Amino acid sequence: MSTTPLLEVEDLAISYRTGDRDQRVVHGVSFKVMPGEVVALVGESGSGKTTTAQAVLGLLAGNGKVEGGAIRLNGTDIAHWSQKRLDGIRGAVVSLIPQDPGSSLNPVRTIGAQLAEVLQIHKRGDRKTIQARVIELLERVGLTPAEMRARQYPHELSGGMRQRVLIAIAVALNPALIVADEPTSALDVTVQRRILDLIDELRRENGTAVLLVTHDLGVAADRADRLVVLQGGRIQEQGAVEDVLAAPSSAYTRRLLSDAPSLGKPRPVRVLADNQDFAIDVEGLTHDFPLTGGAAKTFRALDGVSFKVRRGSTHAIVGESGSGKTTAVRSVVGFLKPTAGRILVDGVDLTTLKGEALRRFRKHIQLVYQNPYGSLDPRQTIARIVEEPLLNFESIPAADRARKVRDMLNRVGLSESFLERHPRALSGGQRQRVAIARALVLDPRVLVLDEAVSALDVTVQAQILSLLDELQKTLGLTYLFVSHDLAVVRQISDTVSVMHKGRQVDGGPIETVFGRPDSAYTRELIDAIPGRSMPAIAALASQTDPHARLSP
Amino acid sequence: MTRYLLGRFGQALAVLALTFTAAFLLLQVLPGDAIMIKFMAPEMALTPEQIADIRAAYGADLPLWERYLSTVGQFVTGNFGYSIQAGVPVSQLLATNLPSTLLLASLGFVAALILTIILAATSNMTGMGWLRAGLQSLPSLFISVPVFWLGIMLIQLFSFQLGLVSVISPGPVEKLVLPVMTLAIPISAPLAQILMRNIDQVLAQPFVAVARAKGASRNWVLWRHVARNAILPTLTIAGVLFGELLTGAVVTEAVFGLSGLGGLTYQAVGNHDTAVLQAIVVISALAFVVINLIVDLLFPLLDPRLGIKVGATT
Repeated sequence: MSTTPLLEVEDLAISYRTGDRDQRVVHGVSFKVMPGEVVALVGESGSGKTTTAQAVLGLLAGNGKVEGGAIRLNGTDIAHWSQKRLDGIRGAVVSLIPQDPGSSLNPVRTIGAQLAEVLQIHKRGDRKTIQARVIELLERVGLTPAEMRARQYPHELSGGMRQRVLIAIAVALNPALIVADEPTSALDVTVQRRILDLIDELRRENGTAVLLVTHDLGVAADRADRLVVLQGGRIQEQGAVEDVLAAPSSAYTRRLLSDAPSLGKPRPVRVLADNQDFAIDVEGLTHDFPLTGGAAKTFRALDGVSFKVRRGSTHAIVGESGSGKTTAVRSVVGFLKPTAGRILVDGVDLTTLKGEALRRFRKHIQLVYQNPYGSLDPRQTIARIVEEPLLNFESIPAADRARKVRDMLNRVGLSESFLERHPRALSGGQRQRVAIARALVLDPRVLVLDEAVSALDVTVQAQILSLLDELQKTLGLTYLFVSHDLAVVRQISDTVSVMHKGRQVDGGPIETVFGRPDSAYTRELIDAIPGRSMPAIAALASQTDPHARLSP
Repeated sequence: MTRYLLGRFGQALAVLALTFTAAFLLLQVLPGDAIMIKFMAPEMALTPEQIADIRAAYGADLPLWERYLSTVGQFVTGNFGYSIQAGVPVSQLLATNLPSTLLLASLGFVAALILTIILAATSNMTGMGWLRAGLQSLPSLFISVPVFWLGIMLIQLFSFQLGLVSVISPGPVEKLVLPVMTLAIPISAPLAQILMRNIDQVLAQPFVAVARAKGASRNWVLWRHVARNAILPTLTIAGVLFGELLTGAVVTEAVFGLSGLGGLTYQAVGNHDTAVLQAIVVISALAFVVINLIVDLLFPLLDPRLGIKVGATT
């Protein structure tokens, strides 16, 4: 390893212009990336990690500006280069693996054309040479048969395959540095692992350095040589991964570490075996969706799924996209009528209810959605949002309603000053608290949490999870917790169903499923949880002691 | 794919049939008819019996549904009936008037598209903020200008002030320059607005950042990535706006004293010449339907996501 850094960011300051004033978002950030090294920029939303990475590529949003400092690439300061000059090095010397494979490829051009483009821009050979190289690259990233894949359009590929195309684009010219901006955040955990392995493999082959931007401390711990922890546009600490994880020097890093779900302790085992009172009892749930292009063709989204949830406990449904977990949830809340099977909620068979009876029953089972930004009406005040469910059922005097709304907001940890605000004035975590208050205002017995903490930063996620835990204890709620994140599931649930392609491949008490999984798929899921290289995790993994006192 | 095509053709036929019926009914409920206007004039001095004979000869005394069915039969076989006022077959009137209007409308449409692209492209390629702001506010100006006023202003400016286009016995091309401009400017306005907004939206897409990260220049990205994505929604509106073009052509022909469908429509309305009006409505509808059918058929070619394959990975 040579001693001149490949990338040296020094005292970097970046502002965004909003209206007529500049808002500084990156304050004096300095770090180095040596050739062939992986450096992770870790932080939560608003930490300035993505802005810093964009500045390295010279691709700040239109209103962003480098106000001070230097970005030296091989010793040359590129911070104030013109776009035209930067075009010469982008793709060839520095390249990008973007966050969202879904929208990062042009939908109207074939992937072959989009891969060939980077070679055309930098004039690497004639049509035939480029075509041959495209095929070679597609094969290298595991997209076979490459000739066929090259002619496909992005919508014909899965998320993981699209990310492989984007990786092929990033490595095509063998750059010295790859900026990987949350390269796997939008992917399922098993796919995430394979994609990160692929990036690792390719960068080792070519000696490429990687600037890895991530919110996931686990991913950073597994893949990086050094960590740079950012908060509010300032560096909290940086150093070798082992050092930072073993002895974090800043309070913020310590908090990040303790809140990271992959590091957290599983909830204490609660003895529930003698509790035979089931709030939810699902048996043989099967759902077929009709397919277009033939009346008789159907797609089986759910195939004989059964589980029981004891009152006052938390049952998790875990699975990757396409596993059928969303269909299962929509059936349990009565939005979908299953093809076959029985769903007992509080002893009432939901599948036999319809019309007004079904509507009235929804009072007992409420839903909290994934996206706290889309699930609140932006034009309503918080008071109005929380009050609305009350208006749908038996009429309550206005004064009582107002009191109920206030109580509920206090319960989820929001003061009365929030009543007249609008959702846009709230942070993601505050919005999710409002969504929980709205669900609880009807005094339901069952709360369905559909990826309810997936969109939140880890520290906020930890706060919401502890709020949920406290509400469960005081109100005796039963939770059905749907998630793709096994680490979170282990923190909050008592029992779990692991779903894969519409079937339940594993089920039972959490420590049985995590300690001695029945299926190879569950084992794969557990192995794919990032952060296993962290010392704390390793310690936890070794102490999985099968003290399973629960009978499934 | 075949299903998509059949569906679109079916819709087009249904639109034509409905337009035909609606136009027929509306024209029939109008008080008075062409026969009354032409033959009841005092100077003709015809007795009521003679007029009744004429009505019978034209089939105007038949009940509504019989007249409807016979008109449908005629139109299906390509016979548009007989103009009572001019005393010649409608098809003959159309043959003399349709080509010039069709030429004017198509040229206007093409000019509008070119104008739209020039506006959108220059406003996005210029580095000068003031020019960009200026070009982006042009469409709102264009959209609020009435066609007849625009026509008169263009004549004032180009013919009388600048003397560039002759008004007295202009050549065949010269004759069309100002009408085509008059027609194109108001059509290009909403198109340019939509195209510019779409370009801005597409520019904010992550795949544009990926293309920039490949080292592509701003113009490379604009033409190779943004253009096709931004044109798709604009195309739909272009088809819908074609209807506006037909109305615009009528007014433009009047302002510039051109012969064509505009003059023919004007006369036919004055004389209650239902056969002529029925034919004009159906032909306009046909043009509208054909343009929109072309747009619908172009879509799957431009956007691979619409060339739905059964069983594709979602």
